[in-house]
Amino acid sequence: MADQTLPIAGTLGVTPQRSRSSRLLAWLHEWVITVDHKKLGILYISYSLIFLLVAGAEAICIRIQLAMPNNHFLSPEVFNRLFTMHGTTMVFLVGMPILFGFANYLVPLMIGARDMAFPRLNAFSFWLTAFGGLLLYYSFLGGFGLYGMGNAPDVAWFAYAPLTEKAFSPGHSTDYWALALIVSGFGTLGTAINIIATTLSMRCRGMTLLRMPLFVWLMLVVSAMTLVTITPLTAAQAMLVIDRYLGGHFFDTQAGGSAVAWAHFFWIFGHPEVYILVLPAFAIENEIVPVFSRKGIFGYPAMVAASVGIGFVSMGVWAHHMFTIGLTSVGNTFFVLSTMLVGIPTGIKIFNWLATMWGGRIRFASPMLFATAFIFQFLIAGLTGIMLSVAPWDWQLHNSYFLIAHFHYVLVGAIVFNVFAAIYYWYPKATGRMLDEKLAKWHFWLFVLGFHITFDTMHFVGFMGMPRQIYTYLPDRGWGPLNLVISIGGFIQAIAVLIFVYNLVHSYFRGKEAGNDPWDAWTLEWSTPSPPPVYNFATDPVVYSRRPLWDLKHPEDPDWKYES
Amino acid sequence: MKSMTREYGARAIRLSPLLAVLLAARHAWADGPQATPDIFAPASTPAQSIVGLSIFTLAITGAIFVVVGGLLTFAIIRYRERSTDAASEPPQIYGSVQVELAWTVIPILIVVVLFLTTARIIFAIQDAPEPKSALDVTVVGHQFWWEYRYPKLGIVTANELHVPVGKATYLRLLSADVMHSFWVPQLAGKTDVVPNHPNETWIEPQHTGLYVGQCAQFCGVEHAKMLIRVYVDTPEQFAAWVHDQQQPAPSDPEVAAGRRVFETNACTNCHRIAGTPARGTFGPDLTHLASRATLASGAVINNPQNLREWIKDPDHFKEGVLMPAMQLSDLQIDQLVAYLSTLH
Amino acid sequence: MSAIPVSDFEQPWELPSRGRIGMLSLIIGESAIFTIFVVAYIFYIGRSVSGPTPQQVLDIPILNTICLLSSSVTIWLSERQIERGNMRAFAALWALTMGLGIEFIIGTWLEWKKLIFVDGLTIRTNLFGTTFYSLVGLHATHVVVGLIMLTFVLIFTLTGRLNHAHAERVEVLALYWHFVDAVWVVVFTVVYIVGR
Ligand code: HEA
Ligand code: HEA
Ligand code: HEC
Ligand code: CUA
Ligand SMILES: [Cu+2]
Repeated sequence: MADQTLPIAGTLGVTPQRSRSSRLLAWLHEWVITVDHKKLGILYISYSLIFLLVAGAEAICIRIQLAMPNNHFLSPEVFNRLFTMHGTTMVFLVGMPILFGFANYLVPLMIGARDMAFPRLNAFSFWLTAFGGLLLYYSFLGGFGLYGMGNAPDVAWFAYAPLTEKAFSPGHSTDYWALALIVSGFGTLGTAINIIATTLSMRCRGMTLLRMPLFVWLMLVVSAMTLVTITPLTAAQAMLVIDRYLGGHFFDTQAGGSAVAWAHFFWIFGHPEVYILVLPAFAIENEIVPVFSRKGIFGYPAMVAASVGIGFVSMGVWAHHMFTIGLTSVGNTFFVLSTMLVGIPTGIKIFNWLATMWGGRIRFASPMLFATAFIFQFLIAGLTGIMLSVAPWDWQLHNSYFLIAHFHYVLVGAIVFNVFAAIYYWYPKATGRMLDEKLAKWHFWLFVLGFHITFDTMHFVGFMGMPRQIYTYLPDRGWGPLNLVISIGGFIQAIAVLIFVYNLVHSYFRGKEAGNDPWDAWTLEWSTPSPPPVYNFATDPVVYSRRPLWDLKHPEDPDWKYES
Repeated sequence: MKSMTREYGARAIRLSPLLAVLLAARHAWADGPQATPDIFAPASTPAQSIVGLSIFTLAITGAIFVVVGGLLTFAIIRYRERSTDAASEPPQIYGSVQVELAWTVIPILIVVVLFLTTARIIFAIQDAPEPKSALDVTVVGHQFWWEYRYPKLGIVTANELHVPVGKATYLRLLSADVMHSFWVPQLAGKTDVVPNHPNETWIEPQHTGLYVGQCAQFCGVEHAKMLIRVYVDTPEQFAAWVHDQQQPAPSDPEVAAGRRVFETNACTNCHRIAGTPARGTFGPDLTHLASRATLASGAVINNPQNLREWIKDPDHFKEGVLMPAMQLSDLQIDQLVAYLSTLH
Repeated sequence: MSAIPVSDFEQPWELPSRGRIGMLSLIIGESAIFTIFVVAYIFYIGRSVSGPTPQQVLDIPILNTICLLSSSVTIWLSERQIERGNMRAFAALWALTMGLGIEFIIGTWLEWKKLIFVDGLTIRTNLFGTTFYSLVGLHATHVVVGLIMLTFVLIFTLTGRLNHAHAERVEVLALYWHFVDAVWVVVFTVVYIVGR
């Protein structure tokens, strides 16, 4: 295990005193040229948090506009841009990079490695992703210049053809959208390759596949899924770009092209994508629930199998986004079945977490609060997913606010909640300081409150026939009061998020010292100093079980006695 | 496992009051059209069978929620850390084959049941044979308005669909430009209107009245104001409406000035008025404009003030609409409005 | 730590090479890209609203195919030479591989020239043109990228900076070249046999 009193740690810290501005420059330079997986992980996470604020602010604008019927806060053009940017940003610039950020930071630490398999590729991937994000947001300025809101993409995050063809979407906003996603897609691909190579080739002695922490397993599955699903998106975007720049006809319905083909290509990516987003959330859950229940994870082999199973099944369900597009009855029936089947491995996960908590001694520190709310909310979200998978009912629910409610329940209720859990859990490792627990409780309860006010209510406006992506609605539809409630919830969420951001900054300077292992946890990263040194481990660790630190702390009853 | 069936019954009973309240509330005004297009207030065959399936699904998922959520709540309360707890770790349990098998098999059974029920309804709705007596309508989605053609009756109209009560109407869905989706929740689920990919759907309304809905696939700037109005008429009303629509536009000499303005401006490039040289198809057919209750796909009430405002500046009601402001003088617009108002 | 299960220490701890894993992952990802383009090609066969059709303008590129496929054999032979440290034979076979690849690119160039200037088929002519140039072009791009990497290896070999110790890296690169060849079999079948 790492030794904190290694002589090199001290000598490295000596840097000649420089003037203030050059110190700042040096600091910046260090972050830009870094190939250290931990720094890159932090870069990914900070980058996504910034975009979370931006896209959240966009959501707030959307909610102000929809708070009342016939509202004139935003023009239709701006509204359409905002929800497109909100969706695209949240999925591609918040969800994906933040989860890859955690993978970057934690995977090498958890498997006892000193860095990723390809550190330079890692840095390159991050900067590609970052550049993709900037390209997307540059569209606000590009095109029409600084007049008003410029012309950001306004074709919705799934950008159905042929609305994206030159004929219907002149100007360059759609090009920015396509190119930004191609660029960041390559970044993502690089990271995925890196994670796969790291987990397969860099594990420390004794870390067999079936001793890897579940977090690492899930990241492996996610990366494998990324390989085969981000690439179809890239291919489809390439076709779109060919259409737009070279005059091709892939999605040009006037020349025999097919709008349905785009929908297939997009959702072949898009559905697995949502599991790519949620599996890392499961990964986080798998680390937090056992530690705070003080029990090893229940049914490790089943968890691994279920994760791999979800990975496979979720490749074959995409057309459940297309029940209304006019598939044959046999086609619809097939996708109903495959979609419902995903519920089974997912159920196994929920039950295993439940069983892990069962008989434990659950400590409700802030990470566990978020993690517990996650289970409840994911349960509900999964069940509304099942409702949507009932194709005839989906003919009603599709593109209504019920659908919006379903996916925010997962994307916010599950993923964002677990991102918060993860930050509370690993912030002490990354910075050496604890986050303030009192602020954390405020953050948690306000966010839960706001979340439920907003997204529970959305289900009902959905039942009342309100479609999505409309910038306004008539007063006599009766959707007004509930929409006001939804918007109020949005504001409560915003306050909670602001508290969180304050906590992040405040605790960085004022937080309690964390020490190496503040949560009394069991995976390798907690054996290193906080923050871990560049080389992670002074000597290469050797492990004998799934919980190496448990074995250390309980020599009388180590795990390896029970594992085959 | 053994207690599964018994428990299932118990759960259904526990849940039923909730569902009953829900349904009673909904069905209180389900017999006919409502201003709120509630999916639980069906008034036509496909929508009704969907509600049946929905309730069934809600019951099953509700039961799962109650059981799993209940266990979770119990675990949280029962196993939370207490100050009286011993300092040592709780006993470690790594898994149990029986339990894990149970919670794999039970969901599989639930999925089988739900899947079979769903499949039955899919086939019943999607593959229903079209009765001989059914009315055929071709629906064409345009960027921000609807065109309705009755091929057998020789009628072309826009934005307000008329169908007879108690009879099946088969809708053939085409698009002139991008994807749209035809959705009137009380009558049927939505079906997308896809260019180069004709779709079909059907309704069989049981109560007369006006049913509202709207385009449900994002189609551009004014997607929000691409509303749908379906009038379900008695057979007599419907016959009368058909008769009226089959007539060419009335030509009233008093408004000849307005007619001249219309025919000498670009209006004719985009609009058709049967019996006149205006043959455009880019915009709605205006032959019987005055017989419609709303303008611009349900965006505003059809009255002379609104009509005037619309012609003067269509963006005023529907920003980003594809009809240009024609830069006409006030006088010309007055004449036009007078003319268009006679097109019953 | 008491009674550590020593059996663990006795087993050798060997993990697969990261270069190989990385390349295999890349190949899997690339296969997905090609799959989408191939599916699009098949989906759009016969859907063009105007001519020309594949039957009218496409000739089967037999020579090209033979060259590209045999380059897989020559690169495999050269791998065996570098393993044995036989750098001259390696360089010769490597250059031969490149020659075959370059022939393929020239062949494609001539084919396109004919299609564009004689038959008037461009990427905007019809759906066939769009899908044909995209799919074949995507593959040709991969050949070009492969050739560039092969060139680097050749330069390093000729300047003596590459030797037996780099055999593994060369093999990883060769993996990519085999993949490009394998994709050609699919593209060839779909474009020139199924689609014609
Ligand atoms: C991370 C994101 C995420 C996740 C995890 C999911 C999970 C699921 N989703 Fe969701 N979904 C989205 C994000 C996500 N979804 C998004 C973003 C969209 C909309 C995109 C757009 O249009 O913009 C969408 C849309 C969407 C649709 C399309 C609706 C439409 O467009 O009309 C459907 C339809 O089937 C669906 C279903 C499901 C199902 C069945 C699951 C399942 O995985 C859920 C499985 C979980 C459970 C079932 C609960 C736990 C299980 C048990 C307790 C066991 C017992 C249960 C049973 C036996 C049933 N989703
Ligand atoms: C990870 C994904 C994710 C997340 C976290 C969210 C979070 C939220 N979303 Fe989002 N949403 C999507 C993904 C996501 N969404 C997608 C994919 C779509 C579909 C897009 C499409 O149709 O194309 C969508 C669409 C969508 C709609 C439908 C728009 C429409 O169809 O017309 C709405 C409407 O209410 C909405 C609301 C919200 C709200 C209130 C939140 C809240 O939870 C947000 C909470 C966070 C904040 C409030 C940030 C707080 C911070 C500040 C306010 C400070 C600001 C300061 C600075 C910038 C310095 N979202
Ligand atoms: C460039 C084509 C174009 C021209 C020219 C044009 N219109 Fe239109 N018009 C449209 C379109 C498109 C709509 C449908 C708008 C919508 O609802 O989104 C429309 C709608 C209307 C409507 C409402 C129809 C309804 O069913 O609700 C009226 C009335 C109308 N136009 C009158 C006129 C008059 C009068 C002129 C000439 C002064 C004119 N239009 C010129 C394209 C045009
Ligand atoms: Cu038409 Cu939305
Ligand atoms: Cu999906």
